[in-house]
Amino acid sequence: MTRKSLAVLVIDENHIRASIIEAGLREAGHEQVTVVHDVAGIARRIAEIEPDVIVIDLENPNRDMLENMFQLSRVVKRPIAMFVDRSDQASIEAAVEAGVSAYVVDGLRQERVKPILDMAISRFNAFSRMARELEEARSELENRKVIDRAKGILMRSRGLSEDAAYTLLRKTAMSQNRKISEIAQSLVTAAGLLDPGES
Amino acid sequence: MAAEHQINAGFIPLFDSAVLVAASEIGFAAREGIDLTLSRETSWANIRDRIAIGHFDLAHMLGPMPIACNLGLTPLASDTIVPFSLGLGGNCVTVSNALWAGMAAHGALPDLDPARTGRALGALIHERAHAGRDPLRFAVVHPHSGHNYELRYWLAACGIDPSREIEIVIVPPPFMADALAAGRIDGYCVGEPWNSASVVAGTGHIATVKATIWKTSPEKVLGVRKAWAEKHPEALSALLRALHRAARWCQDPANRGELAALMAQPSFLGLSPALQTPILTGHLALGGGAELAVEDFFLPFDKAANFPWKSHALWFYTQMVRWGQVKHSAAHMALARDTYRPDLYRVALKPLGVALPGANAKVEGALTAATPVGSAGASLVLGPDGFFDGRIFDPDRIDDYLAIRDWAMPTG
Repeated sequence: MTRKSLAVLVIDENHIRASIIEAGLREAGHEQVTVVHDVAGIARRIAEIEPDVIVIDLENPNRDMLENMFQLSRVVKRPIAMFVDRSDQASIEAAVEAGVSAYVVDGLRQERVKPILDMAISRFNAFSRMARELEEARSELENRKVIDRAKGILMRSRGLSEDAAYTLLRKTAMSQNRKISEIAQSLVTAAGLLDPGES
Repeated sequence: MAAEHQINAGFIPLFDSAVLVAASEIGFAAREGIDLTLSRETSWANIRDRIAIGHFDLAHMLGPMPIACNLGLTPLASDTIVPFSLGLGGNCVTVSNALWAGMAAHGALPDLDPARTGRALGALIHERAHAGRDPLRFAVVHPHSGHNYELRYWLAACGIDPSREIEIVIVPPPFMADALAAGRIDGYCVGEPWNSASVVAGTGHIATVKATIWKTSPEKVLGVRKAWAEKHPEALSALLRALHRAARWCQDPANRGELAALMAQPSFLGLSPALQTPILTGHLALGGGAELAVEDFFLPFDKAANFPWKSHALWFYTQMVRWGQVKHSAAHMALARDTYRPDLYRVALKPLGVALPGANAKVEGALTAATPVGSAGASLVLGPDGFFDGRIFDPDRIDDYLAIRDWAMPTG
C-alpha cells in the first residue's frame, strides 16, 4: 500500500526563499506543497489545507501567534507540535542556526518528516549563502568605485600615474595594517572636506 | 584588555529591555569585566529556542515565561531561572476609537480607573451579546504573559468572562497598532511604546493601565539558562551588579533624554525618542486630547523593582492554573516558586551594601501606601502594591486563592 504523500505548508515572507524551498520539496516528490507569504487569515488556510507539516522561518515575528494557534484553535483539527522538540540535539541546532522551524501534526512518524526538515535546513543555508555572496559582490563593487576615485584624486593633486597612485594607496594600507578600500575612503572623505567641489 | 566574562543575551524590541541595553551601551557591564553581546529577536519563541540550544546565556523574558518553560508548557523547554527582574508596570490596555465611544456611552471616563472602565466595557459586551453581535476581539503578546493574565484578571473582576465573552488572540507587539487601526482587533494589552503609538496615530484610546490594575506589579525578567548559571556563578553575579547600576541609571530622571535617544536607535527600538516620553515620565496621552499622570507607571529600579519576588512567581502560577494552562499540584507549585531566585540576587548585591528586602515573598495587596520597610543595610520603600479590586494574594495561602470561584467585584 502506498502511503499518502504529506501535505506541506511553507510560511515565509521572503518570496525567493519560499520558492527555493517549494522547488526542493517538489523535486523530492512532495506534490502537496502550499506557500503562504502573509499570515493574515492563516487559520482559515490551515483549516482548508490540513497540513501534515508546517515550515516557518525563524525571523517571522508571528511565531508566537502561530504556536498559540496550533495548540488552541478550533480550526486546527489535529494538534500540531514543534518537530525539533522530539528530534535530536544536532537537528535542533542545525535548524535554529539555519533559521527554520518545523511543526508537525501529532502522531506523524519522525522518519517521514526528518527528510523534509533536513531539506529545508539545507535550502535555508543555501539561500543565506547566496544572499551573503550577493552582499559581498555589492560591497566589492563599492570598494572598487571608491578606490578609483581615490586614485583620481592622487593623480590630479600629486601628478602621479594611475599605477603609481594605486601603489601609494597599497603601501599606505600595508604600513597602517588597513584595507586599501579603507584608505581610499579616508582620502575621498578628506578631499571632500578640503574641497567640497572634489567629491 | 580582554573582558573576563563573555555573555550573550537576547532581547525583544520593547522599552522594558532598557536595563539590559543600558548595561551594555552605557558601560555598566564593561566596568564589571563583562563583554555583553545583545541580539535583537523577533519572537519570544526565538528567545526560548536560542536559550535552549545555548546561543543565548540569558535573555529579556516575559515574567511567566521561565515558569512555563520549567513546567514543560512550551516546546523546547529548558531549565530557566530568574535571578533579577527588569522592572514593574509599563503596560496599558488600548481600545479602538469605536470601542471607546461605546464604553464612554456606558459611563467610561478618561481616568484609567479599571473598575469604572471595566464596568462600562462589561455593559457594552452584554448589550452586544444581547443584540447577537460577534464577541469583541482582544490581543495579547503571548499566552504566558503578564499581559494575558492582567487583562483576564481585570475583565473577570468586572464581571466579564474572558474565556467566553470575548476572544483573545496573540499579536506581536509591533503589529498591535496596525491590527487595531485595520479593525482586525478591538483592543489589546501590550507594553509601551505600542500603546502610545495608537494614541499618536489617532486610532486608539488607552482605557486602563497595568499600574492601576495591580500597582507595582511584575513584568519582564532576566531569564537565565540554569546550566549556564550553575557553571558561571561569578559571571552571573557580576552581571547582576551591572544590571543593578544600569537600572538605577535608567530610573534617574536626569538620564531620561540620553535613555530615550539610546532606545530610539535602529538597533534597539528604532522609534522616535518622543514616543518614549510617556513610559519615562508616566505622563500619558490617552487619546482624544485627554492626558493623565500615572504614579509608578513604569519602575525600572525603585520600590525593589529588580528583586525577583517568589510571590510574583506564585501569582503567575495561580493564573496559569486559573486559566487552564496547567493543573495545580504541590510539585508544579514548587517548580514555579523555585524558578525565581532571590538568593542569587542577594549574593550578587550584598557586597554593594544596597537595600535588600527582609523576606523573599510578600503578601501582594497588603500595602495601600508607599511604606519604608525594614531591610538589611540601607532604606527601602515598597508599595503601594494593591490589586484594584481590593483582593489580597497571600503566597502562603495558595489553595484558598485558587478556590475562589466568584471573582466579580460587587456592583453598585
